[in-house]
Amino acid sequence: MKSENQPDLYMVSSSPHTHSGSSVERIMLDVLIALAPAFAASFYFFGLNAIRLTGTCVITCVVAEWLCRKAMKRTGSIGDLSAVVTGVLLAFNLPPSLPGWMAVAGSLFAITICKQLFGGLGYNVFNPALAARAFMLISFLVPMTKWSSSNWATSLASGAADAATGATPLGLIKEAVKAGDAIPHFGSETIMNLFTGNINGCIGETSALALLIGAAYLLFRKVITWHIPVAYIGTVFIYASILHIVSPATSVLPHIHLLSGGLLLGAFFMATDMVTSPITKRGMLIFGVGCGIITMVIRTVKTGDYPEGVSFAILLMNAVTPLINRGCRNRVFGTKS
Amino acid sequence: MQTIKSPYNFRGGIHPDYHKELSSGAAIKRLPMPAVLSVPMSQHLGAPAKPCVKAGDVVQRGSIIGEQNGFISVPVHSPANGKVTAITDVSTASGRLCQAVTIECSEAGETLSMSPITLWKNTDRDELRARIGEAGVVGMGGAGFPTKVKLSPPMDKPIDTVILNGAECEPYLTSDHRMMIEHAKEIRIGAEIIRYILGAKTLRIAIEDNKPDAIKAMAEAFEGIDGDVAVTVLHTSYPQGSEKQQIYAVTGREVPRGGLPMDVGCVVENTSTTFAIYEAVVKGIPLIERVITVTGDAVAEPSNLLAPFGTSYQDLIDASGGFTNAKAAKVISGGPMMGFTVSSLDTPTGKTASGLLLLSKKRVTQYTSQACISCGRCVEACPMGLIPSELSQFIEADDAEGAEAISLMDCIECGSCAFVCPARRPLVQHMRRGKAIVMAKRAAAKH
Repeated sequence: MKSENQPDLYMVSSSPHTHSGSSVERIMLDVLIALAPAFAASFYFFGLNAIRLTGTCVITCVVAEWLCRKAMKRTGSIGDLSAVVTGVLLAFNLPPSLPGWMAVAGSLFAITICKQLFGGLGYNVFNPALAARAFMLISFLVPMTKWSSSNWATSLASGAADAATGATPLGLIKEAVKAGDAIPHFGSETIMNLFTGNINGCIGETSALALLIGAAYLLFRKVITWHIPVAYIGTVFIYASILHIVSPATSVLPHIHLLSGGLLLGAFFMATDMVTSPITKRGMLIFGVGCGIITMVIRTVKTGDYPEGVSFAILLMNAVTPLINRGCRNRVFGTKS
Repeated sequence: MQTIKSPYNFRGGIHPDYHKELSSGAAIKRLPMPAVLSVPMSQHLGAPAKPCVKAGDVVQRGSIIGEQNGFISVPVHSPANGKVTAITDVSTASGRLCQAVTIECSEAGETLSMSPITLWKNTDRDELRARIGEAGVVGMGGAGFPTKVKLSPPMDKPIDTVILNGAECEPYLTSDHRMMIEHAKEIRIGAEIIRYILGAKTLRIAIEDNKPDAIKAMAEAFEGIDGDVAVTVLHTSYPQGSEKQQIYAVTGREVPRGGLPMDVGCVVENTSTTFAIYEAVVKGIPLIERVITVTGDAVAEPSNLLAPFGTSYQDLIDASGGFTNAKAAKVISGGPMMGFTVSSLDTPTGKTASGLLLLSKKRVTQYTSQACISCGRCVEACPMGLIPSELSQFIEADDAEGAEAISLMDCIECGSCAFVCPARRPLVQHMRRGKAIVMAKRAAAKH
């Protein structure tokens, strides 16, 4: 009888008594790991601005999160790393030359207004980083759309644009469409630049290669599933293909759309935000298709001024996520008609 | 005999660490008769048996100490020779109080058995059903539903398929596994009796592919049997042993919501139950003991013990080398996914207790649950196609009706959702609470 040393009463709890070991922190850490290649690329192409902006956003987000939880007398939540993720994602959506105080303002907006006022992680309706970006775009329109000061003399196909004035590929396309000019030609060199990230744009969105490496990691770790990114990117591709077939003179090849702007960052890292995207696979597919259509409408409609639609597409779809969830429940076992 | 891969996969499910190697190699050992047994009157689903002995009575092993009380009920037999010392209330593994007959066991003596029915093939089916009822046989996989009732489907529900459930999908547990290896021949006869009673043509022995030795043993034992018989090898996936999921995996049929396996022409019997049917019919021995796996990292010698009902957990632990140096933090009746925790080692075993799991602090973690982050992992894991995250939010908001409207009552409480939840939400606990509220409301509406 070795049992004398045992406590008299044993712990009682509801089943199950075992757990997979998954945790919110681990998910957030995985997202951060997956963003690391894009951060490296960002540093390579945009230099210290990448560190300056990312550092500013992350620190502000974490401090804001801590202060909010304190003020609301809630348990601390900076340990779940979600504020860090928001900071990194927000920074990745900012142009390299943006003044630091604007990044601070955006970060405060993301955490206080978009996240903690709703109740914190899990209760927010909109992706905090994207909502903050929309806020900044309205508040700081000029600095938010100024694309120069890349570390490199970023240039598009020779002669098509002056790197100093700063334009993104999507910006150039939009200008041409609006002016009724011919669409600028994107040579293989430009496409390679789009792929590696040697191009004007937000600091974290330009390198398709780095983002795809991170995406592969997220898929491998099962943090995300293929449904949203494939539906999103697939829709963009099909939409752009149709456009190009119908009107080759006024539209670019579909893969330019895939590699340009914030599509890959958005499709793999923002649209897949668990809290603000649908919970069932069917819902995810609808969500992805919706994101794709809205993105392309914003990008290609002649009357619109804004060249890029990823942020707004995802935000709009965030808004209908509860509806999608309601309409896309799985069939319950035993209810086959 | 034919071995086939399961033709269908149920949706969802999880892959926990199984830890079966702790006890899967341990041959079944008979527990020396404990000095005292405390035999619960409720070891089955339905009305508890009524004690028909009193303190001071001398009882014989196999004699009835609790009478069947209603249609969905079974009698309880004395697992030992001895003297009744008291009839008291005990707390069973599920936490409910029930009457129990305390027996001071004396030296081994004769077992009171019923007359063997060796020529069961020439025996009236109703007589066999009655025998199985009299022997107190219930589903030993966990539900404890009286087997006699299960084997009496109404005329308009013909049964064409009998499935022997040898999945044993709960981590750690190996009692069915050992039974299939060590008592394959008896299980075969039990299965033939079931098939005869139901007039079912098809028989499938469903075993997960992590038990190749059991698959082999059963395939050999069923060699030469007539009719459409095969071992169906299931993917190792929890909850493969759940009746509805298993019927789907084996036959592709979906038990309709609120329905029973007989609605799709199936009857599922656990392998240990099948052995009990054999014992009851062919040998006339009532159900008074079973194999229970005593395992976990807090027990010195994980084992599979053949123990009489009413054995205290303490006796089982002592017979398994006692505790290791790691103190047990949780004592679980059953497996880690659906088992019940108990607070005391005085708890007695019963017909449905297939395992006693002792986990040290290292394996028991207490969590603070966080807000749902809508990751959808519970939705993916749910074998019933529910949205556990949403259900739990309804119940947290005290809206049981809202939860009911999105199929709360279809939850089988398998725990897959809580197992995968990164926010460590006690989803099953929420479901149970919500279901209890709904049941109470339904009961109130009836009166």
